[in-house]
Amino acid sequence: MSPAELRETRRSARNGWLLSTPALILLFCAAAGPLLIVVIYSFLAPGKYGNVEWQFSTAGWVGILWTKDIFDETWHLADAHLAIFWRSVSLSLLTTLFTFLVGFPTAWFIATRPANHRAFWLFLITIPFWTNLLIRTYAINEVLRKEGLVNTVLIKLHVLSEPLDMLYGPFAIFVGMTYVYLPLMVLPLFASIDRFDMKLLEAGHDLYASRWQLLRRVILPIVKPGIIAGSILVFVPSLGAYVTPRVLGGGKQMMIGNFIELQFGQGRNWPLGAALSMTLLIVVTVALLVYVRYAGRDGDARHG
Amino acid sequence: MTAETIISARNVVKAFGQGAAAVRALDDVSLDILRGEFFTLLGPSGCGKTTLLRLIAGFEMPTGGQILLDGADITTLPPNRRPVNTVFQSYALFPHLTVAQNVAFGLQMLGKPAAEVKATTARMLALVKLDHLAGRKTAQLSGGQQQRVALARALAPQPKVLLLDEPLSALDLKLRKEMQVELKRLQIETGITFVFVTHDQEEALTMSDRIGVMSNGKLQQVGTAKDIYTRPRNRFVASFIGETNFLTGTAEDDALRIAGGARIPVPGLRAGGAATVTVRPEQLRLGPPAEGGLPATVRDLVYFGTDTHCHLLLEDGTELVARLQSPASGEAGFVTGQKVGLRFAEGAVQKVEE
Repeated sequence: MSPAELRETRRSARNGWLLSTPALILLFCAAAGPLLIVVIYSFLAPGKYGNVEWQFSTAGWVGILWTKDIFDETWHLADAHLAIFWRSVSLSLLTTLFTFLVGFPTAWFIATRPANHRAFWLFLITIPFWTNLLIRTYAINEVLRKEGLVNTVLIKLHVLSEPLDMLYGPFAIFVGMTYVYLPLMVLPLFASIDRFDMKLLEAGHDLYASRWQLLRRVILPIVKPGIIAGSILVFVPSLGAYVTPRVLGGGKQMMIGNFIELQFGQGRNWPLGAALSMTLLIVVTVALLVYVRYAGRDGDARHG
Repeated sequence: MTAETIISARNVVKAFGQGAAAVRALDDVSLDILRGEFFTLLGPSGCGKTTLLRLIAGFEMPTGGQILLDGADITTLPPNRRPVNTVFQSYALFPHLTVAQNVAFGLQMLGKPAAEVKATTARMLALVKLDHLAGRKTAQLSGGQQQRVALARALAPQPKVLLLDEPLSALDLKLRKEMQVELKRLQIETGITFVFVTHDQEEALTMSDRIGVMSNGKLQQVGTAKDIYTRPRNRFVASFIGETNFLTGTAEDDALRIAGGARIPVPGLRAGGAATVTVRPEQLRLGPPAEGGLPATVRDLVYFGTDTHCHLLLEDGTELVARLQSPASGEAGFVTGQKVGLRFAEGAVQKVEE
């Protein structure tokens, strides 16, 4: 490199750093900073009336899985916590599965409409985003409750004699989350299916594949990036859902989100809340890494 | 080889759309394709040739008529139950599979044992000279290589008939010429019946055993390349394949009387009504007016290297083109404005239907 070239390279590197400084500051203040506070709080002792005592303690982290018996002071595995974790994971997986089962045909339908109709169908999918999440969740409440839409119609049709008790439980949470997160599954699936070359269906059919084999051997592997993106977009917020389990779970059926909120509220155990938040973050990150890795292994370069 | 029919289309009609707006892509087409031949469907875009191919493949159902394969009615069978494979214009290779997996796909769907799938795939890749790329993803291949994968994939299940939908149209000229030779070689080596669709008359003439010329959803003429070139049935076929001249006039016994009063001998023509004849540019002979022949004036000379196109004007205003072999000097021996006597090579003038 000539001296002039060297100078030019140095200058552009310096300018690069200078120009990205505002973004870096923002990134630190908005992302790394708060996260650091949460990490620090998780290693402190709980204060009597909330807040934290500034002394090092691993009680928050231990408290995730173990609990001290209030009478004999022995440590037990915290069954209630495990139940909450299990409920969160299983409901989130179930929600992801169901949004896929409903979202895939929906996305396929939209992607196979004439090009000038697609915008309209996509618009319909995105309409719920215009309404506040709380209102949408109360709407589901209105549909599922004892005197709600489903029960009224089924009783009028003499399918039921007694109203079904659907509210305030895992079922109601599952219905609510499936409804709320469905668009997040449909949109990436649509993007993937939209790029799918329909000629491949003819090619596969011509090469003796049945319809089922076409789905399994041609369509699903090729739209896999969309399935992965949709699953992540649904699974991650489901795992941390707060409003839906609060409104439809009736306060008794907590998920991790509510459990964390509880520690900062009535529970007055900020370190445990902070440790739980970090755990949630770590679990989601690890799950994503594994998922992306697995998906990227034989994923198609074109869809990346 | 005995001429045994493998595919038979009987009065096939295919209409798209409903009621009055319906368009007949195929209008009562009947055609027999023989076992082991290289058959080409030739026509301009929109003539229905691809529709006919898709009906044979099973991607579309005919509005009317029947399609037989080896004597059995396959009109309503879905594509996966027809022993017929297609090479698509866009190749339609599976992007998530390697070259070898693409080729193996059909065999696997047929439920062949793994050892046989492996052996046949290797054999097919060798046949199209792609053995060294077996592990590549198809997106990493050039157009010509993708073309070969598409061929190997369609040939692997050993179909009774291979359908090719303008497979060479995406390739550049040099590659296209190579693939023409390659296709012909594959057809002879495998002995499989090829049905090839193209709008390129040169492709059709050089590769096919027989050609079916189509236009407006109708089969215009079926025959060997020579048949179709030298004895076109109608004006469309004559003008679509190669260059040609038309002369119109009144039919007399063994001759055509054109507007200027001149009489052109056409053996076999019978008196009665208007008639059209065609004659290829290379069948025109020019001489001095004194030697007789049809009087004409040289209007223009265009030098093409191997030959020179001589544009002529007859006395009645009809324009003709003669293709003269260029002599060593490069000079055609005629000049613009010169009067000449025009003759036609024996048997070159053919009556055509309008």
